[in-house]
Amino acid sequence: MSSPEVHSAHHAPTSFIGKYVFSKDHKVIGIQYYFLALFSVLLGMTLSLLMRFHMVHPDMKVGWFEKLWPTAAAGGIMTPEMYLSLMTMHGTIMVFFVLTTAPQSGFGNYFLPIQIGAEDMAFPTLNMLSFWTTFLALVVMVAAFFVQGGAPLSGWTAYPPLSGVGRISGPGEGMGQTLWIISIAIFCGASLMGAINFIATTLDLRAKGMSLMRMPLTCWTWFVTAILGLFGFAVLLAAGILLLLDRTAGTSFFIPAGLVVSDQILNHKGGSPLLWQHLFWFFGHPEVYIAILPGMGVTSQLLSTFSRKPIFGYRAMIYAILAIGFLGFLVWGHHMFMSGMSPYSAFAFSVLTMTIGVPSAIKTFNWIGTLWGGKIRFTTAMMFALGFVSLFVTGGLSGIFLGQPSLDLYFHDTYFVVGHFHMIMGVAAIFGMFAGTYYWFPKMFGRMMNETIGKIHFYLTFLGVYAIFTPMHFLGIAGNPRRYADFTNFEFMNSLMPVHTFMTHAAYFTAAVQLLFLFNLFWSLKKGAKATDNPWESTTLEWTIPSPPPFDNFGGHHPVVYHGAYEYSVPGAAKDYVMQTDPAAVSH
Amino acid sequence: MLLGPVVWVLTVVICYFFVAKTWWFPLPISQHGLQYDEQFLRTLVVTGIIFFAAQVALGYVIVRFRDDGRRASYLHGNNKLETLWTSATAVLFIGLVLMGTRIWAEVHWTEAPADAIPIEVLGKQFAWSFRYPGPDGKFGRTDLKLINDAGGNPFGLDDHDPAAKDDLVSASLKVPVGKPIKLILHTRDVIHNFFVRELRLKQDLVPGMEIPFHFTADKIGTYEIPCSELCGLGHFQMRSVLQVMSEADFEKWKQEQLAQK
Repeated sequence: MSSPEVHSAHHAPTSFIGKYVFSKDHKVIGIQYYFLALFSVLLGMTLSLLMRFHMVHPDMKVGWFEKLWPTAAAGGIMTPEMYLSLMTMHGTIMVFFVLTTAPQSGFGNYFLPIQIGAEDMAFPTLNMLSFWTTFLALVVMVAAFFVQGGAPLSGWTAYPPLSGVGRISGPGEGMGQTLWIISIAIFCGASLMGAINFIATTLDLRAKGMSLMRMPLTCWTWFVTAILGLFGFAVLLAAGILLLLDRTAGTSFFIPAGLVVSDQILNHKGGSPLLWQHLFWFFGHPEVYIAILPGMGVTSQLLSTFSRKPIFGYRAMIYAILAIGFLGFLVWGHHMFMSGMSPYSAFAFSVLTMTIGVPSAIKTFNWIGTLWGGKIRFTTAMMFALGFVSLFVTGGLSGIFLGQPSLDLYFHDTYFVVGHFHMIMGVAAIFGMFAGTYYWFPKMFGRMMNETIGKIHFYLTFLGVYAIFTPMHFLGIAGNPRRYADFTNFEFMNSLMPVHTFMTHAAYFTAAVQLLFLFNLFWSLKKGAKATDNPWESTTLEWTIPSPPPFDNFGGHHPVVYHGAYEYSVPGAAKDYVMQTDPAAVSH
Repeated sequence: MLLGPVVWVLTVVICYFFVAKTWWFPLPISQHGLQYDEQFLRTLVVTGIIFFAAQVALGYVIVRFRDDGRRASYLHGNNKLETLWTSATAVLFIGLVLMGTRIWAEVHWTEAPADAIPIEVLGKQFAWSFRYPGPDGKFGRTDLKLINDAGGNPFGLDDHDPAAKDDLVSASLKVPVGKPIKLILHTRDVIHNFFVRELRLKQDLVPGMEIPFHFTADKIGTYEIPCSELCGLGHFQMRSVLQVMSEADFEKWKQEQLAQK
């Protein structure tokens, strides 16, 4: 299976452009993706702060709003349509350009080849193309803010007819929505290129001795995520093209006959709004796992490393990853219990949804089992991995309510849903990224991050995200619908305003805390203490090479692997970890 | 290590608010609502126990297994435990969904009783309208071209059709208490969602579809209807109310409306 052949697809470039801009080096591309995601997460977070502001002060006049957005915030007061644009763009940017981009394309690109002992990805040029295509998608997406009517207001799910009939359904539904669809289509293309590359690399470029059952769990999650991306983004691309045709070519894939929008009788006939929802969620549900699986991989890797213990149930973890990947394609209908689809298929989808809870529970049990009897070192990276487990449990359990169609009769489209997916797909995944950053920064940049600032950052963020997202569950129980620009029109929502105010303040606080992270990141790039090759005493291949690694990763040398990825505290071994490349015997 | 106690405190605070019910459901006004609340409680108990146990265990291992100079145990897993917790969660989770299926079945797998009062619900950006068939018991003909919101004809009723002439149109949903109601949900532009918290019921209105939906409200009162599917810039103000009235009041209201036609 493994390929001992020398893989010399390209040589180290010498020009600045070849080295840093149009680089084919997977490490540079990984860093490019990481910083693209960092820019996006700051943008997405800023949008969310503006949203939170508007929800508690819908009528407040702010001088600089008018300067920045003369139309959308005419008179300094944010309009409801501007709120919806912020919401749409917040969701879209976070899901596509952060949650899909950083864990997989960022860390995966950088560390998959190294962890399996390869010199680069299988297709370096394709890799470069996929980054620059993602970059183009981001430019097109952000451009939607600046066209007439502004950014679209149909949410990141873009349900037609709202998203399909043009400007008559609302400002932002003109050029803004068109650019949104084009950007998503470009993004799909980029992700497909990336997915093919990840799959080929994992299957073909493993070093001698690196059998699939010796791969670090991070590699397993990147591999399965790539497969999800391959099937998921292909379908979203098709759906996006059909929606674009409905908008621009007068087709009717998603729009039925007999509609009157803004007093205009539409000419469409024969389409089905449900078709979009099926196609969208056929992608959209696996997308949740695209966002979270790499975080699960990093968490597994870190819990084992920093508790100085082998991962508990390595094989069970792999089967759970595969089961999640497979079942992830069979549960999309649980987003559509209230959509008018057959109530009988709702039943089938709900049973499958509960089934996917089982491998997720296996992972949690195994994480606790890994920690049990360990010798835990509380590095910042480890704290974020532990935080991930806590958030994963919390966010996962609210899914047990939403996965039941009977309970969804109330919770669908309330803040309960918003709390659920932010907890698990949002912050748990982001905790995975923080964990990865604190863990791999020394390898990527040759310097250590500051641990004291790191720990303060961890504690404040951990408390902050619980303070923002826990109350959402109570809002949902009280029936507060999501995607409301303000809550003053309904009696029962007025009484929930104190909860909203609390969440808004928690959001300001948590966002401010992220300045600590940014400071730590950029300060450590220049001033951090020099990192050794293996500062965490980890076992995987990236820790056998210099920090940062040379251009071809292993300096012309071909690593040979003798052990699984998590040989910690092996009885009789000289140290409490055995490198994967250490020929010393390990008895099981 | 500090993180353990932090996780414990968080867990207790979160559990407290679920027990104190500071922000909670309004009281249910139907048999279905009561059953719904039972299923919610069952799910809350199961997930609550798992939540509490998992977070406390996480805090425990953090405190108990901090690096204090011991050697960590060299353990690769335990297949027996693995099988045990896999089957336990499978039984619990799937058991829960099966227990809730009866509630779902009564809402969606059964038809409204034959004597249910039919009411057509129309969603449009950003208002609700409700149509009653009038004394002839028939919904009359409508035509898109006759739609006139300002003129009080959101459905586009065709006055040339005698069956349409006596149809009543209302901006709020008025129903008699204790009587089965059959809604026919329909929208003329984008997707909307009909939601009444006190009924514990929710259903999308989908362009091109007419979706039947039934309920019986057992308590007189006024309950808000917030649109619960994003429908555009006025989504947040797409409001109406469900008015559950005594049968006499309901008949009186109908007669008054007919007299005004």
